Parts: sequence; C-alpha cells; structure tokens
Amino acid sequence: MRGNDEVNHMLKYFENNLRYDGRGLKDFRDITYELGVVKTAEGSASVRFGGTHVIAGVKLSIDQPYPDTPNKGNLMVEVSLSPLASENYMPGPPDIDSVEFSRVVDRGLREAPALDFEKLCIKEGEAVWNVSVDIVVINDDGNLIDVSGFAAMLALLNARFPKVVDGKVDYHELTDEKLPIKHIVVPTTIFKIDKYFFVDPILEEFQLSEARLTLTRRDDGKICAIQKGGDYPLKKEDITEMLALSKEKFDELIKIIKEVSQ
Amino acid sequence: MSFDKRIDGRGFLDLRPMEAKVGVIEKADGSAYFRMGDTVAYAAVYGPRELVPRFKQNPKTGILRCNYNMLPFSGVGERIRPGGNRRSKEISMVTEKALLPVVLLDHFPNSVVDVFIELPQTDAGSRCAGITAAALALADAGIPMKDLVSAVAVGKVDDKLLVDLRYEEEAFEGEVSDIPFAFIHNTGEISLLQMDGIIDDESLIKLVDLARDAAEKVYEVQKKALLEKFKKVGDGNERK
Repeated sequence: MRGNDEVNHMLKYFENNLRYDGRGLKDFRDITYELGVVKTAEGSASVRFGGTHVIAGVKLSIDQPYPDTPNKGNLMVEVSLSPLASENYMPGPPDIDSVEFSRVVDRGLREAPALDFEKLCIKEGEAVWNVSVDIVVINDDGNLIDVSGFAAMLALLNARFPKVVDGKVDYHELTDEKLPIKHIVVPTTIFKIDKYFFVDPILEEFQLSEARLTLTRRDDGKICAIQKGGDYPLKKEDITEMLALSKEKFDELIKIIKEVSQ
Repeated sequence: MSFDKRIDGRGFLDLRPMEAKVGVIEKADGSAYFRMGDTVAYAAVYGPRELVPRFKQNPKTGILRCNYNMLPFSGVGERIRPGGNRRSKEISMVTEKALLPVVLLDHFPNSVVDVFIELPQTDAGSRCAGITAAALALADAGIPMKDLVSAVAVGKVDDKLLVDLRYEEEAFEGEVSDIPFAFIHNTGEISLLQMDGIIDDESLIKLVDLARDAAEKVYEVQKKALLEKFKKVGDGNERK
C-alpha cells in the first residue's frame, strides 16, 4: 500500500486493467481532429484526445537566418497553457510546464527533422522562412505533450506558403505550396504509477503519475527526442518496457497522421 | 565521412579527466566544484531555510529548488545573455527531478533547500556536470540523503556508441544522439534521461548499461572528494 489514498484507489482499478473512464491501461481515448480551423493561420489543426482539446496554428514569416545556420529556415514551437484550460493555469509568463512541453515538442520536430530546413532558405545569409508553431491548450484533461505534438504535426502538414511580393509576405493570399516536410514526427508518453504502465492519462492520472517517459519517434520508427519526467526514478527494465509500449502506440498515432499527409 | 576516432584520442567508452572538490565556497552551507574535461561546474547549497513566498510552504515537507546557469562567457559562441532562457529553465527543472529521489526533504517542513549551479566554462555535458556537482554540494551541506547521484552523457555518433561527448562530437555531420543520464548509485535507478538527436531502440538499451558503468566512475570521483574533506574531521582542521 502506498501512502496516498488517491493513488491507492486508482491502483485498485489498475489491478484489473481498468481506468476511471472505463479504458484499459494501454488504450488511447477517442482521437479526433479537424484541419484548417483557423483562417488567419497558414496552417492549423484542432485536436481532441477525449476531453483534452488543443488548437495548433502555424504562422510563416520571412526573417534573417541565424548566423550559425545561414542556409536554413527557423523553427519556433510554443505550447501555451491557457488559463481557460483548467483551474491550474493563470495569465502571465509561461510556467515551467509550458516551457518543458514546448521544448519537448520542439526537440522532436527539430531533431527528426520534421522540416527540410534547407528548403526553407530563400537567400543564403539573408532571408529564410521562419516557421512558428503555437499550440494552445483549450481544455486540459491530461496528456498534453502527446496531444500538442500530434497537433503541431497536423498543423505543419496543413500549412501552405503565403504569397510573396517583392520579398514581402502577402498574408491575404495563400499559395498551393506545402511546407517541405521531411519526416512525420509524433511523441508518445508512457506513464507509470506503482508497477503499472499506461498511456494517454486523464488529468487525475497525469497528476498522480510517479514517472513518465516521452519517446518521440519519426516515420521510420527511430527515436528523435526523449524526456523523462516525474518525481520517481526509473529502472532499466522500466525503460525497456516503456520503449516497447511506445512503439506500439506510435504505430497507432502515425497511422492517423499518414491519412492526412496523403 | 565515418566517425572512427575521437578528437582527443580517448577510447569510445572513456570519460574525460575529472576533478572534484567540496567546500569550495566558504559562505555556502555546502558547495562543490566538478570538472569533466573542459566543462566546469560550481554548485552551492543554501538551506534548509524558510521558504518564501510563504504560500508555497508545505507543512509536510521541504522543497528542493535548483537553478542551472551558464555564465555569459561559458559558451563556445557568442556571449550568453544573463537572466535565463527556456533551456536553462528546463535544465533547472530536470536537475531538481534528478536529485529529488535521494534528498530526504520531509525532515524540513515549510523549508527550501536551494541549489545554485554556475558553469564558467563548458564543452558539452554541462547539465550532467551540474547535477554531479549539486549532489556533492548537498552532501557537503549535510542535507540527509539516501545516496549520491552521478550524471554522465552518452550517445551514438555515426555507428559508434560513445561515453561523455564533447561539442565537436555532438556536431558531427550525420546521425548523432546526445543522451544525458543520472543514476542513483546504490539502486542503479535512473533519475535523469533526455535526448537530442536520433537513436534506435536497440542502441538506446545498450547505452543505458554504458551510461551506468560511466556514472559509477563519476561516483568514485565524488566519493573521493567527500572523503578528502571529511576524513579530516576530528583533527581540528575542518571547516567551521
């Protein structure tokens, strides 16, 4: 028995491979999405995993490249935990969860890489495309890293370049040209309480989880970002088991995304 | 181009030269210096002390608060603007989580144990050096701990599995991964695991074992540093 009544209560369900919402430990909630939901963005997606709802929007602009990557476009990813999403957030500067989630989603997209950054170069050393992906949490019912990463990828797939006149962006008109996607990337986070592994937590499960491991994979199955979270350490055997489970769940998610990319 | 030799001639599984000292900052309640090759970390512990703002106090336990900071002149490129950024915030947070499992904070209700980590010079592996130094500084401060935490980065460059990467190795053209680990010495449990780069499942599992072996070498250096200071206790020469 653990010290925490809430955890013990939850574990009684987990023993029978059951969750508060009736799912098995390794089941996702219903996943639904809608593309192009924001007319003012160059690409967008609204994604729901059960009660969790996020909107991702892509904005494109022309900017100078960073000095160390003169022939590559720029990527910026930010996950915003809007105060409307749950009682846990307030307006103001990004809190540590927002910073962590942003960086984990960013890392996967950047390292894979999701975009062919060289194709985002307009003129070496002078002008490149700046790709900003903002993911805003509308309702937080847990699992924000996976949902945010999934939505970011859909929004990138949905994006179209705006028209460019004399080196300036004309936001009133989108072209048919899509972003140069190199890899499809999606994070899967495996959570642990006591000896149980599970995916896609509702908020209560997220808050009570003792450890989590996010494994972001790209379309060839390779891992392109890892993040361990939570207050409890993991054993090597845990990691082996979480790797295997993440692969299985990744296959389910990428199947959905591939429908969009075709 | 394939990767078959390390720039400094080390073996693939060799660590850079390490150096550790505790009690290096007189004003702090505990402190440490840790160097891994050209990556240098100082850590200082202040506390346990009353946590302010008070609404953050927990009557059941103290909290651990870590701050990781690269000094303005510590990067290979341009000056790093002081004041922190998203990266340093994230690293401060994962540092806290890496140390949390061994620190017995329930001894200190309503309190905070502050750990400040400063890096004057870096050549990759800075979060690991910071965690290793922080664990030493906590021990030096006499904070009750179950164990020490030792951190080291491993990775795959081209088709080679490496321990303790340097900047130049991380920048290799082609597939590279940089995977910082922290281990709890006695249990072998992992309290830090992150990755930038590309890796396959099989290599990652192999790297867990290589990282554990490397972390044990870091542990030996940590243990020696603590013994060097505390074996003297009783001869009248100890600090304070």
